[in-house]
Amino acid sequence: MRKTLLASAAIFVAGAASAYAAASDGKVKIGILNDQSGVYADFGGKSSVEAAKMAVEDFGGKVLDVPIEIIDADHQNKPDIASNIARQWFDTQQVDAIMELTTSSVALAVQAVAKEKKKIDIVTGAATTDLTGKQCSPYGFHWAYDTYALAVGTGGALVKQGGDSWFFLTADYAFGYSLEEQTSNFVKSNNGKVVGSVRHPLSTTDYSSFLLQAQSSGAKVVGLANAGADTQNAIKQAAEFGLTQSGQRLAALLFTLAEVHGLGLKAAQGLTLTEGFYWDRDDESRKFGERFQKRTGKMPNMIHAGTYSAVLQYLKAVQKAGTDDTEAVSKVLHDMPVDDVFGRGGTVGANGRMFHDMYLLEVKKPEESKKPWDYYKVLATIPGKDAYMDPKKSGCDLVK
Amino acid sequence: MTMIFGIPLPALLGQLLIGLINGSFYALLSLGLAIIFGMLRIINFAHGAQYMLGAFSAYLLLTFTGIGYWGALILAPILVGILGVVIERLFLRRLYGLDPLYGLLFTFGLALTLEGTFRYFYGSSGQPYAAPAALAGGTNLGFMFMPNYRGWVVVASLIVCIGTWFLIEKTKLGAYLRAATENATLVQVFGVNVPVLLTLTYGLGVALAAFAGVLAAPVYQVSPLMGSNIIIIVFAVVVVGGMGSIMGAIVTGYLLGIAEGLTKVFYPEASSIVIFVIMAFVLLLRPAGLFGREA
Repeated sequence: MRKTLLASAAIFVAGAASAYAAASDGKVKIGILNDQSGVYADFGGKSSVEAAKMAVEDFGGKVLDVPIEIIDADHQNKPDIASNIARQWFDTQQVDAIMELTTSSVALAVQAVAKEKKKIDIVTGAATTDLTGKQCSPYGFHWAYDTYALAVGTGGALVKQGGDSWFFLTADYAFGYSLEEQTSNFVKSNNGKVVGSVRHPLSTTDYSSFLLQAQSSGAKVVGLANAGADTQNAIKQAAEFGLTQSGQRLAALLFTLAEVHGLGLKAAQGLTLTEGFYWDRDDESRKFGERFQKRTGKMPNMIHAGTYSAVLQYLKAVQKAGTDDTEAVSKVLHDMPVDDVFGRGGTVGANGRMFHDMYLLEVKKPEESKKPWDYYKVLATIPGKDAYMDPKKSGCDLVK
Repeated sequence: MTMIFGIPLPALLGQLLIGLINGSFYALLSLGLAIIFGMLRIINFAHGAQYMLGAFSAYLLLTFTGIGYWGALILAPILVGILGVVIERLFLRRLYGLDPLYGLLFTFGLALTLEGTFRYFYGSSGQPYAAPAALAGGTNLGFMFMPNYRGWVVVASLIVCIGTWFLIEKTKLGAYLRAATENATLVQVFGVNVPVLLTLTYGLGVALAAFAGVLAAPVYQVSPLMGSNIIIIVFAVVVVGGMGSIMGAIVTGYLLGIAEGLTKVFYPEASSIVIFVIMAFVLLLRPAGLFGREA
């Protein structure tokens, strides 16, 4: 009796020890940290958590024979709150990687914490190119889109289609400036010109004055360098003041399917935008979209599909590395090509940027929409290598 | 072309008109706040949430019962007003004798609860609501393209503001109300049911917020956060106009709307704070507000 007890204890200890070698604490834990109650709650929010759970289920619920766990929290768009949660997760909750991270200021703060703690972060919700530029991390990845890709898509491609004079409506903070500046550069390098711009305070509710200024500027394209509710209100009021009827084109520099849905096709029709994913692209994406819709009641945008892809790729990397050790998994993530419903044929640069195709899209007129969520016409596909900045020019010191 | 301060005259006229339109919303909302504060001495922080409820009522009426804009313009204020009456009877009534802070805290909590509930069910990006077909499109005024709906907003808000002012300042009911504010016990001695009067006043103030909400639904996104965006400005309007002054709230609402509109032309970056700068100056020079009486 005592012998068998001893033997089984020995086996148990050995088993536990080998599990420790693979996954440090008997499970792989991923934290989804994003805005779940504020202005970006529909942009990513709880639906991103659901997308992460879908990825875990598709992977089989286990990696290296240990269970996978998803936890989530609301960072309220505040960098200090987000950093605190990240520290707590890493220090006391054995979280292995943090993902999503909507809002640039939050993503930069959390990436700094993750770098200090030697943990992985994969950003899908934030836009700033600094994440893979000046403030890059050997364990940090940027997955779904960035301001550069949005500028290439909307700024570059639209000029080629004849929209060669621009007027900007810019949110009066860092994100708005960088979006305006990067887009202006593409407009100018394609022989377009910028005829004017106006800066509005964040969370302005009435845009009629600014729209009137845009209207009298005579520009062919009115570029909206803002986000969320600001963009929605601007578009709705532009329709009211007959901007598009008078021949001007509206380009939203950061706008996704979730906001188009909130606005309705009547107000959003004719709008040009850039996204990294559209559910009605092919059979695979439609299947993914329908599964997502069953769970959340809505179709995924690029943040949701990007989060799914990021979680799935992370789990594949843990599997391939045979451990959840940060160094080993980061190396695999940098080397392994991405191939899932979101990042088809994607690769990861030395600065952590994931290169994948982006789409220049136009919102359909109500009469062109044949089924629910049938919102976009694809104007152009921008190949990954053109859509994102060359890592060598990113300013990231990890690129040699 | 005639220029004023380097801005072409037509552009300036356009901006003045737009300021007037925005001022209409400020006037309607601050009117309700001023009535509630003037009569009940309650600082109604839930005013923004009640404005949001008005817009959502219009949206829900359309979605679930098919009642369109014109029906909603009458029904939504009544429904939200009844909710206000219930709130007054159940909760606010108990706070009258206490420090005004209690009323402020209660209504603030109420606002957070209402907004949180709607955000839970409807998310943050809001719901679309179309302008009625009769007011779709716009008119070319020569100096600007004026959406017909916005013209209607100015007319409707002027009618309601003047009507409310008339009700309170010129009718017998209004006289009772004002008397009850001065000395409730004495008015009660004359056989006037003061508690009912106060309940109705709160209901009226809330209904005004809901009316503004329905008016705003086709212009802004119907969103759970729409109230918290505007409520702080409206408080500033009431302070500038003089707490509790009805005429002050109306006139200041329009004036500040115009001041804000002009700032958007000359220095757009400052347009969100100009109202507060004005408020600071008014408080320094005339602490009781432009139309308020020194206590």
